[in-house]
Amino acid sequence: MFAVIMLSGIYGLLSASFFVAMDAVDVAFTEASVGAGISTLLMLVAITMTGRSEHPVRHKPVLALVVVIVTGSLLIYGTLDMPYFGSVTAPVHQHVAPQYINDSMQQVGVPNIVTSVLASYRGFDTFGEVVVIFTAGMGVLALLSVVRRPKGIAEIDSLNKSMHEEYLVLRIVAKMLIPFILLFALYVQFHGDFGPGGGFQAGVIFAAAIILYSMLFGMSTARRVINQSLIQLLAAIGVLLYGSVGVVSLLEDKHFLDYSALSADPIAGQHLGILLIELGVGITVASVMIIIFFNFAGRKNSEQNQESNES
Amino acid sequence: MLIAATIAILVVMIMSIVRAVMGPTFYDRILAVNMFGTKTVLLISLLGFVMGRPEFLDIAIVYALINFISVIGVLHYSDSSVFKRSSQQKK
Amino acid sequence: MGSLMDISSAVFLLIGSFLCVSGGVGILRFPDFYTRMHAAGVTDTLATAMILIGLMLQNPDGLVVLKLIIILLMTLFISPTASHALASAAVHNDLKPVLDNNEKVKTSNP
Repeated sequence: MFAVIMLSGIYGLLSASFFVAMDAVDVAFTEASVGAGISTLLMLVAITMTGRSEHPVRHKPVLALVVVIVTGSLLIYGTLDMPYFGSVTAPVHQHVAPQYINDSMQQVGVPNIVTSVLASYRGFDTFGEVVVIFTAGMGVLALLSVVRRPKGIAEIDSLNKSMHEEYLVLRIVAKMLIPFILLFALYVQFHGDFGPGGGFQAGVIFAAAIILYSMLFGMSTARRVINQSLIQLLAAIGVLLYGSVGVVSLLEDKHFLDYSALSADPIAGQHLGILLIELGVGITVASVMIIIFFNFAGRKNSEQNQESNES
Repeated sequence: MLIAATIAILVVMIMSIVRAVMGPTFYDRILAVNMFGTKTVLLISLLGFVMGRPEFLDIAIVYALINFISVIGVLHYSDSSVFKRSSQQKK
Repeated sequence: MGSLMDISSAVFLLIGSFLCVSGGVGILRFPDFYTRMHAAGVTDTLATAMILIGLMLQNPDGLVVLKLIIILLMTLFISPTASHALASAAVHNDLKPVLDNNEKVKTSNP
């Protein structure tokens, strides 16, 4: 199963390269960080808990293969009718997209059209995405969280000393790299107006730095550095921040998530609104990724401790 | 010249995929995936220059970091449960 | 001046691609894991440095050169560390190299 995970990591990379070739920078950014990085890592942690090989299948899955082939060929037959990729007469290019491209600079005032579509024209959809991520984090917490007794300081110190010789070079290089990664996550978050970036990518990069720290320095040290209840609180605060921007607009007699209600000048209101909701998205995504990783990896550690205690 | 360099890097990426599929031991495969990742960083930078959009360099920085963290993650998590148990049984 | 920078950038890109391809050939043809890692690690770092310097000379604009320098510094930090981690994990798990000694060749199983 390791080979499957490696190959799926390479597949995520290839699709990021396709997006780069199609000149879609933001999507390539998100695909490279989420698809090729974090999901490979989380799947790895999952299979160290479950086992490396599947059970041998008793019967040949012929029916499943037939269903997949029939559905795939019907889908391909359906795409034969669609216009060619990038043709001018496609409906995608006729109705909504020219309006966004022409009006975005005057109405929203943000150079990156992807951010203005994501955060302002389609802000409701982005709110739904943030709530979905939050729900996923809550689901993982509800299913996998294990109450463990906190280790004493003497135990943590002895663990650190035993791991120190193994990981010496890595620890020193990581001490230099981790502040840079955190700073880069902040840069991506706030630069999303002008270049590729935004809340989702910044949250994933921030969580990746914390995951690196907890892999190299031990889970118990990481748990003391990153308080678990604080992270759960932060995940909720991100969604709350997003929703309260909408409620403030409602209280000013405008529509939900209408940013021109936030300030006297409508363009300044758009800037402020986009800043606040991207901040909410970034906080929630980072906290949920950290919650998921700590629950997967912490469970493996507690199982190993139980086995070594019994044996 | 930029296009020649891009083609060279694509050839190297195909070579490393061949090694990833072929490699007899597990560590060969991790080595091939690591090399694929660093070549992807170069490919993204070169494509950014070819297409005249220097914003791709941000993606290259992120991908270099993510590649490093993934390789360290694979080594850490493969080192622990499965392999150590089998080597302890041999002892 | 402009053409001097173009020529030197082309030279760096050429050297970089040649090193890259030789690393790729090495990773396919060397007999053992440790020798393959040597090929991949050395040519990885050096080829990346050459190609990035070539790109820097193509477009000496402020922010772009700064980002390329950041990528170069990070690769110089990260690439040798990853090779070290991989090699020490392989040694830790008893992956023996193929040596020239006849007895070692008989008893080594990778």
